[in-house]
Amino acid sequence: MINRDLVIVGGGPAGLSAAKIAIDAGMKVTIVERFNQLGGQLIKQTHKFFGSQLQYAKTRGFDIANILIDDLAGYDNLEILLDATCVAMYPDKVLTIYQNNKYMKYKAKSVIIATGASEKFLAFENNDLPGIYGAGAVQTLMNIYGIKPGKEVVMIGSGNIGLIVSYQLIQAGVKVKALVEAASKVGGYLVHAAKLKRLGVDILLNTTVKKAIGKEKLEKVVTVKLDDNWQEIANTEKEIKTDALCISVGLSPLHQLMSMAGAKMLDVSELGGYVPKKSCDYETTIPNVYACGDVTGIEEASSAMVEGKITGLMAVKHLGFKLDNMEKLEADLNDQLCILRQGPCGEKIRCGLKKVGEIYD
Amino acid sequence: MIEKTIVPDKETIKSRFPNKKVLTRPKAIIECYQEIPCNPCETSCPFDAIIIGEDINTIPKIDYDKCTGCGICVYSCPGLAIMNVMIKNGKAYFKVPYELLPLPKVDEVWLACNRHGEVITKCKIEQVMPPKKTNYKTALITVSVEQPYLYEFSTIRSPYE
Repeated sequence: MINRDLVIVGGGPAGLSAAKIAIDAGMKVTIVERFNQLGGQLIKQTHKFFGSQLQYAKTRGFDIANILIDDLAGYDNLEILLDATCVAMYPDKVLTIYQNNKYMKYKAKSVIIATGASEKFLAFENNDLPGIYGAGAVQTLMNIYGIKPGKEVVMIGSGNIGLIVSYQLIQAGVKVKALVEAASKVGGYLVHAAKLKRLGVDILLNTTVKKAIGKEKLEKVVTVKLDDNWQEIANTEKEIKTDALCISVGLSPLHQLMSMAGAKMLDVSELGGYVPKKSCDYETTIPNVYACGDVTGIEEASSAMVEGKITGLMAVKHLGFKLDNMEKLEADLNDQLCILRQGPCGEKIRCGLKKVGEIYD
Repeated sequence: MIEKTIVPDKETIKSRFPNKKVLTRPKAIIECYQEIPCNPCETSCPFDAIIIGEDINTIPKIDYDKCTGCGICVYSCPGLAIMNVMIKNGKAYFKVPYELLPLPKVDEVWLACNRHGEVITKCKIEQVMPPKKTNYKTALITVSVEQPYLYEFSTIRSPYE
């Protein structure tokens, strides 16, 4: 059994930000990351980030990942496990970690769950044809491995991910034949949609994909118009020739470890699915187990970083470690979150967070 | 409703431009129509010409007495929603952010597109500032079009596609 003050599951923006605070306070910390490098989804993000300077606005996502990773260099109280999966968490904060064909047991005084989210899929005929991808896979192929997913693509979903990945596909030289959105308006930021529009992308609202056609791989998709009740309108089917289809219809929190350990979970649609009930100290119903980032509600990486710092701070505080100006830091971070969430785009998240016990006024 | 049309109506677009007399000098035109949490335009402006304030969701306001058309906000805006505009000798000069390859070369003639992505005319490439100089990996391209396209021009497109 390996003993730690803090084990952080997930090396994305939330987990890395939490780690920085905890190691600065002198905690003995382990980060468990499933992929072969740190940074989470940030390493695939080539666009400049929104937010304010405090969350590295106007810096591109992969550059933010490098900043967060560099911030962790040179600490001998930090252990980073890559290619390592946390496969179990028990109520007494014992974690089973699988790495290099070996299972290891860690006993943590506190745990931060920063596992992020997984993509939702869409049900339609032949949705398992080769050439049909999730948006995350397309970003991984293009931006990590330099591989184009196809010559042409149809995108499903106009949230920020659908809009951003469409733009990245164009940058990679892939023709975006159409972007379809079932709702009657664009879901993501208008500035992202405007970029696609002026590049000549057809953005089809009230439209979804009915089926995919192809023998051994995708050849065509059939779209159909939807009415305001999301019902298909007869005789509005259209065929679009394409060799790739990209699905970007939302994310759901990767809640499994907390569910497994018996933390009280709530199903909150505004946050994307099952999220842990937590106190205003970001603590789940299991003492000294905290959660931050997308696993507590689907949001932007900007807020994930701030939440990560707050959660790190809570772990520090509750185990009796110290940092300079802790109270001021906590107040500043909470202010940052309020500001990020206080506009009309933050309404959904504010509404969801009220249901899990966070107060927003 | 702009969430449905994405491109605003002509009057709304015009409302983001200053008086034509002001445009004898280059000025930034900010096409930010939605309250999103974002303020790099304000913090990057060396002349304090762009104001958002404490609530970073506020839509930016620009003071054209202070704006020098330096172009820093053009490549700082994460939404690529700012361009510089100037009118000179019957032509409109635009400085736009551009993130596709290959980059145009000075004196080439490229296609000019409107906000819907339709080709409206041709444009002459006047200046190319590659990503290294602008930092943040966004190139700035200065082009000229005939003045009647002042409120229509949005971006350039390669004629070689």
